Amino acid sequence: MGVGNVVLVTGAARQLGGRFVRRVQNDPRVGRVVAVDAVPPEHDLGGAEFVRADIRQPMIAKVLAQHSVDTVVHLDVTGTPLGSGGRTQVKETNVIGAMQLLGACQKAPTVQRLVVKSTTSVYGSAPRDPAVFRETTPVKSLPSGGFAKDAVEVEGYVRGFARRRPDVAVAVLRFANILGPDADTPLAEFFALPVLPTVFGYDPRLQFVHQDDVLDVLVLAAFDARRGTLNSGTFNIAGDGVLLLSQTARRLGKPTVPVLLPAVTWIGQVLRTAGVMDFAPEQIRLLTHGRVVDTTQMRDTLGFEPTYTTAETFHDFARSHGPGLLPPARLAAAVDRVAAAVPPPAAGAAGTGARR
Amino acid sequence: MADAKVIPFDEDSRGRRGSGRPRPARGRTPAPGKAAGKTADGAQPPLAAVQEDGTVPPPGIPAQAAGGRPVEPPPGQDPPGDLAGALGAVADRVLGGDWERKVASGLAFLRRRVTGDYEVDEFGYDAELTDQVLMSLLRPMFGAYFRVEVRGIENIPAEGGALVVSNHSGTLPLDGLMTQVAVHDHHPAGRHLRLLAADLVFMLPLVNELARKLGHTLACAEDAEVLLERGEVVGVMPEGFKGLGKPFADRYKLQRFGRGGFVATALKTKVPIVPCSVVGAEEIYPMVGNSRTMARLLGVPYFPLTPTFPWLGPAGLVPLPTKWVIQFGEPIATDGYPPEAAEDPMLVFNLTDQVRETIQHTLYELLVQRRSVFF
Repeated sequence: MGVGNVVLVTGAARQLGGRFVRRVQNDPRVGRVVAVDAVPPEHDLGGAEFVRADIRQPMIAKVLAQHSVDTVVHLDVTGTPLGSGGRTQVKETNVIGAMQLLGACQKAPTVQRLVVKSTTSVYGSAPRDPAVFRETTPVKSLPSGGFAKDAVEVEGYVRGFARRRPDVAVAVLRFANILGPDADTPLAEFFALPVLPTVFGYDPRLQFVHQDDVLDVLVLAAFDARRGTLNSGTFNIAGDGVLLLSQTARRLGKPTVPVLLPAVTWIGQVLRTAGVMDFAPEQIRLLTHGRVVDTTQMRDTLGFEPTYTTAETFHDFARSHGPGLLPPARLAAAVDRVAAAVPPPAAGAAGTGARR
Repeated sequence: MADAKVIPFDEDSRGRRGSGRPRPARGRTPAPGKAAGKTADGAQPPLAAVQEDGTVPPPGIPAQAAGGRPVEPPPGQDPPGDLAGALGAVADRVLGGDWERKVASGLAFLRRRVTGDYEVDEFGYDAELTDQVLMSLLRPMFGAYFRVEVRGIENIPAEGGALVVSNHSGTLPLDGLMTQVAVHDHHPAGRHLRLLAADLVFMLPLVNELARKLGHTLACAEDAEVLLERGEVVGVMPEGFKGLGKPFADRYKLQRFGRGGFVATALKTKVPIVPCSVVGAEEIYPMVGNSRTMARLLGVPYFPLTPTFPWLGPAGLVPLPTKWVIQFGEPIATDGYPPEAAEDPMLVFNLTDQVRETIQHTLYELLVQRRSVFF
């Protein structure tokens, strides 16, 4: 401990995991970073030590013991498969992986801190839900499947772990949709489509969190809490403010195609089969009813202030992706042209006309 | 249900004639006022509304935005002065002197809308769209059709949270919308009423979208608390569907006020309760029968049978032009109670009864004063 913490990061082969590994090893409080994933990463992990281990296997316990890890940052809870794996493999990594990892942590006396990446989709998304979810809001309709259900189960195991190892500080961070110049989330894939399919008659409220803020808050949770704050518990992490799906489409400059709700599932299946993108049912629910979370706990208890608001996050994302078929700048210019053409000539003539 | 919010738009053209809002041009040019006034006065907002209603701009938007007015000359070129002059004179007569400003602000509005450069709060309330478009669509119904008389608006505090508790009637929730217009247009501080609506509203396509943009949210303690703590004026109809879909014979008889959840929320957030009585909404769709089979088939709480609906088809959806009075009563303070009062069922029930009695009595008083249902 004298030489700094040993941080183990799972899911290091993914964008987010890779960035976190590179970021955290520069922290003076860190002695060593152990990056774990089942496949070797394509990106550079800096000075971190990469251990190729599948967290679904008991071998992970050996890794923990061997490096006498004291902080575990579990980022391998994701909705999209890495490489060729299908949904089954994702689910196994999410659920079985979390079970194995938590079991290993329980047996490792050196572990003192656990940070788990979760998602706000654990709240589901239904018309009967309150408009703004707090960490304590009882969930009326549990997610029926997909990544959201995985996250609910992972959180359940984490709660069990926290009961059995009360000496470990456990932080569960429920992230809103992560966006940024190189985020690889399902929603980022959706916004990359040239034409955005939307659900007819619904304009969901969306919240985003910037990928840089994600790293900042993970670092905040991975070390001892600052004075006056508490970094164990469950926290919603989202940027300030809300964007409607219609607003995001206009800001991106992409046309939307409203689809009747019964047909949406079908279109989602077509898109999935065609391999364009994984349009999961939970994604459809999000794009129907939207989801907004309350971030008071994040500010007051965790003491974290995101750098980017929801709108700024989206702006950053949109900038890196370039405008779509209907660039907002061109639309604005069109309106400006009309505006420039209307009043000046008419103003003088109208004045005299009225007086006559 | 889906038509509840659609009706105002149908009414728009008809009710335009004599809205209560200041419209300087109307008196001066009675003949062309009807046609020209409609386009000129509403030119900007309805144009934007067309794009807004769909929420999602159809692919043709740039064509509409840019090419929708082919008469406009391109910039730089000097436009033919005669045409502009004539247009200007017409617009000037119809709209009054400041039409250029209106056009400019309308175009600025349009620009913000097409580029998505506007803000909504976390409940999805689109203040700009509500003020500039949705309210102007509801206003003719408020002023010309139902000729709503607003009394006691000063009972809503100029600042800070308040809970407006109102009776609910009329088969379709037009009373809520009219109360919202009443607060928006008549309150000296220009406050916005944030209505709490049933979950059915948020299940229906289009309706949920409009409701969210109008600032409505789900009637649940969590949302109400957040809004009241933020100092908003929140409107609630505790009777819910029991009041909305009651038979015509039971008109102006207040139904049960639920479990008094609204009182508990007001106690918790220490905001005054403003009782509100709406007279006139009961008669807009006299519900003489209820088809349970249809209701079950459609998954709605009731399926109204009125003298015109569903027999006349969509025409049966036109409400009767009754004369309305919306009276806001003396606020009932809740800040004198201890913090644990919200959990005291007896206190909550007593306060609920007090609010209910106040509204019921005011309803009877207003009914006695009323000369006729329609005038």
